[in-house]
Amino acid sequence: MFNKFVESAEAAVAGIADGAVVMVHGFGPTSCPIELIDALLDHTDARDLTVVSNNSGVGYEGIGKLLASGRVRKIICSYPRMLPWMPNPFEELYKEGRIELEVVPQGTLSERMRAAAAGVAGFYVPTTVGTVLAEGKEVRVFDGREHVLERALPADVALISAECADRWGNLTYRLTSRNFGPTMAMAAKLTLVQARRTTEPDPIDPEAVITPGIFVNRVVHIPQPKLLNWS
Amino acid sequence: MTTPAGLTRHDIARRAAKDLPDSSYVNLGVGIPTLVAGMPTPDREIFFHSENGVLGMGPPPPAGEEDPNLINASRSPITLLPGASIFHHTDAFIMIRGGHIDVALLGAFQVSVSGDLANWTTREAIPGVGGAMDLAAGAKQVRVLMEHTTRDGAPKIVERCTYPLTAPSVVRRIYTDLAVMDVVPEGLVVRELAPGVEFDDVCSRTGCRLTLAPDWRRIALS
Repeated sequence: MFNKFVESAEAAVAGIADGAVVMVHGFGPTSCPIELIDALLDHTDARDLTVVSNNSGVGYEGIGKLLASGRVRKIICSYPRMLPWMPNPFEELYKEGRIELEVVPQGTLSERMRAAAAGVAGFYVPTTVGTVLAEGKEVRVFDGREHVLERALPADVALISAECADRWGNLTYRLTSRNFGPTMAMAAKLTLVQARRTTEPDPIDPEAVITPGIFVNRVVHIPQPKLLNWS
Repeated sequence: MTTPAGLTRHDIARRAAKDLPDSSYVNLGVGIPTLVAGMPTPDREIFFHSENGVLGMGPPPPAGEEDPNLINASRSPITLLPGASIFHHTDAFIMIRGGHIDVALLGAFQVSVSGDLANWTTREAIPGVGGAMDLAAGAKQVRVLMEHTTRDGAPKIVERCTYPLTAPSVVRRIYTDLAVMDVVPEGLVVRELAPGVEFDDVCSRTGCRLTLAPDWRRIALS
């Protein structure tokens, strides 16, 4: 019988290893899986991590807390700058040379994840042609236009924040908190989800499922998740 | 040299909104472009796209009605119009890179005479590219909305960009507080001048050669 629910966030994060590539769902202040990050910090010893996310954190919860722990070696993101009134530990770590940064255009970032999910090793896009972000990359001309080779970006773990889950691991999201969730869930070997609601014991309407349960390994029910301060 | 009055940021957005065709899909970048979502477009229905997964963005909600799960790519609260849809990031960028977005209205640090766009880093801060390069390479047409010069009065329209490029030769039209200009194979053509602004005023605040279209007009906002 399928039952992807686990009892606690601690149980959800079991087995995350040193050196893991960890995708973290969220866009700016929305949909950060704060409880799963807290559990990773409190209940695993994993270090030397690579974090893949759109941003480098908002404030000192969530990704900010993960970075401040000193257990992250590298971050791969599209936009590491943050609002001036919402500082996070990234800037200091970066300026001190204590964290490695790979900046990837946002659409290329999500497409690299999707390629990994789909078993595609690489792909060519016109994005970054003629810019410093294309330096060192193979360029080929297709239909008269230059394209840059981009490689798939797989992950060991994805931390996802969903609105609703059922015991089969099917997920829905709420409004723009969907963002990178569906793609990250597909791209990681181990997809861990915190869901605000469940439909227990019923399934989610099949027509409404956004992430099919085949992409999900463990779900913990967190009815009142912490939110990042966004004001 | 006196400073000509020129348009406000709001009026630059209002002028750019006038050019958006009916039933078009338009992405709005950070800065002056975000103001376009609130501009009147009578007799035209325009769907604004946000790369974090929204098509059909409406104006900001009234104070107290913000939903933390409903924001745009600038991380500001938004509303949804009838016919709006929500999708995930990969689909949002399929719309952009796949050529489904009719117009991207973007801000810029610099635009060159040949339409090169520099709008992602001035090298002073930590580099963050966001969706800028995807939009510049993928939208069917890129138009820039910006102040004509920097706060210090330095030209932002230049012979060659000194800031790192977002994409070469992509900008087709530029709206500033002083003028509306088109990038054509021969260079930059001034199509419209702001009220009270003369062609010489624009030239003296521009870092490359401009030509004045024979049929140039005054910018009209209504």
